[in-house]
Amino acid sequence: MAMIEAKVHLHPSGPLVALVGNPNCGKTALFNLLTGGYQKVANYAGVTVERKEGRVLLSNGKSIRLLDLPGTYSLYPRAQDERVTCDVLSGRAEGEKRPDVVVCVVDATNLRRNLRLVLAVKRLNLPAVVVLNMSDVAESRGLKMDAAALSAELGLPVVKTVGVKAGGDQDLREWLSEASWRDRPPLDVDHLAQVQDEASHTLADHEAVQGILQRLHLDQLVPDELSDRLDRVLLHPLIGPLILMVVLFLIFQAVFSWATAPMELIKGATEWTADLARAYLPDVWWRSLLIDGVIAGVGGVVIFLPQILILFFFILMLEESGYLPRAAFLLDRIMGSVGLSGRSFIPLLSSFACAIPGIMAARTISNTRDRLVTIMIAPLMTCSARLPVYTLLISAFIPPIQIWGGIELQGLVMFALYLAGILGAMAVAWLLKVLTKSGKLIRPLMMELPSYHLPTVRNIVIGLWQRVKIFMRRVGGIILVLTIALWFLASFPAPPTEATLPAIEYSAAGWLGHALAVVFAPIGFNWQISLALVPGMAAREVVVSALGTVYALSSTGEHTSELLTPIIAQQWSIATALSLLAWFVFAPQCLSTLAVIKRETGGWKLPLITAAYLFALAYLASFLVYRTAVWLSSTQIIATL
Amino acid sequence: MNLADASLKTTWRVRQISPSADAPERASQLEEIGFLPGEWVSVLARGIPGGDPLVVRVGLSTFALRKEEAMCIQLQPQDGHD
Repeated sequence: MAMIEAKVHLHPSGPLVALVGNPNCGKTALFNLLTGGYQKVANYAGVTVERKEGRVLLSNGKSIRLLDLPGTYSLYPRAQDERVTCDVLSGRAEGEKRPDVVVCVVDATNLRRNLRLVLAVKRLNLPAVVVLNMSDVAESRGLKMDAAALSAELGLPVVKTVGVKAGGDQDLREWLSEASWRDRPPLDVDHLAQVQDEASHTLADHEAVQGILQRLHLDQLVPDELSDRLDRVLLHPLIGPLILMVVLFLIFQAVFSWATAPMELIKGATEWTADLARAYLPDVWWRSLLIDGVIAGVGGVVIFLPQILILFFFILMLEESGYLPRAAFLLDRIMGSVGLSGRSFIPLLSSFACAIPGIMAARTISNTRDRLVTIMIAPLMTCSARLPVYTLLISAFIPPIQIWGGIELQGLVMFALYLAGILGAMAVAWLLKVLTKSGKLIRPLMMELPSYHLPTVRNIVIGLWQRVKIFMRRVGGIILVLTIALWFLASFPAPPTEATLPAIEYSAAGWLGHALAVVFAPIGFNWQISLALVPGMAAREVVVSALGTVYALSSTGEHTSELLTPIIAQQWSIATALSLLAWFVFAPQCLSTLAVIKRETGGWKLPLITAAYLFALAYLASFLVYRTAVWLSSTQIIATL
Repeated sequence: MNLADASLKTTWRVRQISPSADAPERASQLEEIGFLPGEWVSVLARGIPGGDPLVVRVGLSTFALRKEEAMCIQLQPQDGHD
C-alpha cells in the first residue's frame, strides 16, 4: 500500500473537468468548440486508448483543464476504452486525477438512451452538469426542451448547447465560470463501492428515464427522417454496396492522383537540399551521414505525408458524416468470411497508403482478437513504398505490350501484385480463423449507426492536424533513427584506400548481404540484391537507391532508377525479377512497421510473430515463383514473350 | 418470436433478453445499448447474403446487430402474430 501511495503524480494546475457521454452524442465536436486549438493527444497509461485533454479559457480570465473521456453507454465497463472512462471517473486510473466536475453530454434528440448514463454518473456523487447537446435539432423536430423542468427531475443543473455552431457552447461556458462547484467539500470515497454492481441498475434506470420523459411530454418517438431516408438508399442490399464501391474507388484515386504533384515537389526539395549540402559542406565523414542519413531519412518520411493527409481527410469525412459504420456494416459479411468484422476494414484500407497509419487506426476495433489479426495482416496491403520497386522491376522485365485486345501487360502485372497482397491477407486471416479457438467464436457486432451529419470544417481541420502530428512524431522518429542506424551499417567499416569495389561491400551491411546471399540463393537473389535488402529495411523504396549504390552508380533518386533499368535487365534473369516482385508483396521489409506494431501492442510478441510469418510467406512465394519461372524458361514458354 | 424473425419495418416491443450460452456477456451488453423490456424495436434492413447482419431500430437509436445477437431479443406477442 505504501508503495502505491508513494507514487507521485504531477498534475497541471487548475480544476479538471471531464466530458462524459454516449458514443455519437456530439461530445467531441463540443470538446473541439470549447478548447479550440488547445488540445493535447496522448495515451492513457498502459493502454492504447487515446487521451484528449484541452484547456478552456473562461470569460472571467480563468482557465480549466477539460478531459474528453471515451464514449460509453454505461458505467459498467467492457471494452478497454469504456474501462478508462469508469476508472477516471472513480479516481482509479493510473496517473489521472479524479475530475472535479463531470459534464454529462446528452444527445437531446435521443434522451431515452442518453439519460440512463446521466443517472449512472449521478450515483458517482461527483459534481455534475447535464448538457443538452444538439438541442437545436431536437427543437426543430418539435421536441420542447425545458431545461429547468429536466433539471428539477434529475436534480442536476442542465444547460443547452449546439456543438456544431460557433458560440453554441455559450451557456456551458457561463455555467463553468460562474457555478459554485469549486467550493464543494471533498468527495466521500466510500461511495465508490456501490459502483461495482452498476449492471443491476440498467432496468431501473430505464424505467426512471421513461417516467421523466413522460412527465416532460418528451416520450414520443420522433426518428431522424433524413437519416432514415438516406439509409433506405445507402443500406439498400444492391445499391448500398454499389455506392460504397464507388466511394472507395474515388478515395483510392484521390490518394494516388492528387498526391503525385506534392510528392514530386517534396522529392525535388529533398534532392535540392542534398545537392546543396553536397556542394557546400567539406568532405568529412559526417557529410555523408547528413546527406544519405538525415536528409534522405527525413525526406523519406515527409514524402508520404501528402497521401496520408488525403487519406485521413476522406476517412475523417466518412467518420464525421456517420457513413463509416455503414460501410463497416455493408462489408461485415465479406470480412466475416475470413473471421474479421466490418470494423477491420478502415485500418486495412489505410494500409494501402502506408501500413503505419493503418495499424494505428486498428485502435478503433474494440475486440482484441480482431484488432491483433488486423494489425498482423495490415503489412500485406500494398503500401505506396512498394510502388518504386514494382515500377523499376516491371519496366525492366515486363515488355510494354498489349494482350487480349488492349490490356497493358505491365498494368496487369501491377494489378496482380496488389491482388496477391489482398488474397494473401485474406488467406492468413482465414487460417487464423480455422486454426485458433477464438477465431470460431461469434464476436459481437452491436455497432451503432448514428444519424448522418454534415461534417464541420473545424472538426475536420482539428482531426487532420492531430493525426498528422501523431504520425510525424511517432513515425518520423522511428524512421529517422533507423535510417541513421542503417547508414552506419552501410558505411562502416570504411573501405581500404586501395578499394576497387563500392564502399558498401566492405561495410557491415556488405558482410550481412554476402551472408544473406547464401540464404537467398535458392530463391534466385544474387549478392547485390541480398545486400540492397539490408538498407531496404528502413523503407522499401530505399532498395532502389541501394541497388544503385551496389552497382556503383553515383547518382541519386530518380536517375538511379533510369540508369539501373538497363543494367538489371541485362544482368538478372526474368525468374530472379519475378521472384523479387513476389518477395516484396509479402516480406517484412519495413522496420518502422514492426516498431509501430510493438508500440501498439505493447510487447515484442506480435511484431516478432508478424515478422516471422511474413518472412516465411515471402520466402515460400519467391521460391515457388522462381522455380516455376526457371522451369517455364527451360521449356521456352516465357522466352516467347 | 425473436427480433431475428421479425419482418422488415414491423414494430415490436421487447419482452426480455434471453441469455446466450456461448456468449454470457451478450444479454447485458444488449440491455446497456437499450434493448430493455417494453422498448420499441424494428428491423430496418438486412445484409446480403443470408440476412446477416441486421440494421435494427431500438427506441430512437439504430444499431447493426449480428443474427445471433438479434436472436436473443424476445418480442412481446402482437395481435394477429404469435
